[in-house]
Amino acid sequence: MNWGVVVFPGSNCDDDAHDALARIFGQPVRMIWHRETSLGDLDAILLPGGFSYGDYLRGGAIARFSPVMEDVVRFARDGGVVIGICNGFQILTEAGLLPGALLRNRSLRFICRDQPVRVERHDTRFTNACDPGRVLHIPIAHNEGAYYLPGDQLARLEDRGAVVLRYCAPDGTVSGEHNPNGSVNNIAGIVNEAGNVLGMMPHPERCCDAAIGHTDGRLIFESVISSFVAA
Amino acid sequence: MRIIVEVMPKEGILDPQGKAVQQALHQLGYGEVREVRVGRRIELEVDAGDPAEAVRSAEQMADTLLANENIERYQVHAVEETV
Repeated sequence: MNWGVVVFPGSNCDDDAHDALARIFGQPVRMIWHRETSLGDLDAILLPGGFSYGDYLRGGAIARFSPVMEDVVRFARDGGVVIGICNGFQILTEAGLLPGALLRNRSLRFICRDQPVRVERHDTRFTNACDPGRVLHIPIAHNEGAYYLPGDQLARLEDRGAVVLRYCAPDGTVSGEHNPNGSVNNIAGIVNEAGNVLGMMPHPERCCDAAIGHTDGRLIFESVISSFVAA
Repeated sequence: MRIIVEVMPKEGILDPQGKAVQQALHQLGYGEVREVRVGRRIELEVDAGDPAEAVRSAEQMADTLLANENIERYQVHAVEETV
C-alpha cells in the first residue's frame, strides 16, 4: 500500500513517521509538502506531530487551511485512511474531520514521557493487531493534549464507541490519577464515525524500533497494513 | 478602520492559564480576585467604509479561523481611528 506523510512548516515528526513506515515496515512512502494540491494515488495519509505554523492562534488552526488540506478532507470523506498524530490530531479536529478540540494541558506544562494507554477498541483498522484491553506504552510529547468535547456530544462519542485509546495506569486502570493532561474521560485517541480517520496524541512512530526502546507503536501501523491486505 | 476581535474560553472550559494567574495574584496579596480567565485580543486594520459591514466580515473570519466554536466565544467591535 502507498502512504503519504504531509509536511507542514513546523512539522517535526515527519521524518520519524517516514522512517517507521519505510524502514521498519518496508512501505512506499511519499512526503507531501503542504502546498501540494493533490495527494495523488495513495492508500493512507499520515499527518505528523510537530508545531505547524508555530502553533500560532491554536494548534492546527492555520495548518488546516494549507492548500493540501482540501484534498486531505476529500480523501477522508471518500473513505481514505487518515491518521493524525499529536499536532496531526489537532489539525484533524480543526478541519472538522474529528469532533472536539485539544486544550492546554491541565498542568500548564509540556509533557514528554512514556505513557500507558489502553486499547478500548481492538476491532478498528488501526488497532486490529491488539488484544482486547491491551495496554500500549507509547510516548506522549505535547503542550495542548487535553481532549475536550461538550458533555452531550461526549456522551454520543462514547455511545458510538469512538474512543480507541485511553490514558491509564501500567496495569490498564483508567482513572483521574492516571490522566496526564486533563483529557475528558482520559481520551487519548478517537476514530470518526466511518472508522477511517484516527486522531491520537501519543506518538506510535517513536516506538517502532527496538533499538530505541518500546515497539508498541508497531501495532498501530501493523493494524492498518493488515487491514489493507485483508481487504 | 480598526476591528477588535476578543476571543475567550467558553464558560465551563478548563482554563488552567487563568487559574495560574489567579494563584499568582493571590500570592501577591490580591485575595479579592475570585476568578481569572485569560483570552486573546486580535486587532485587525481593515480597508472598509462601513463599520457594520466590517464587523460582519470579521465575524465570518472569527467563525472560520480566529476562534474555535467548540471551546471559545468571541466578540467583535469596530473602533473609529483617532488621528
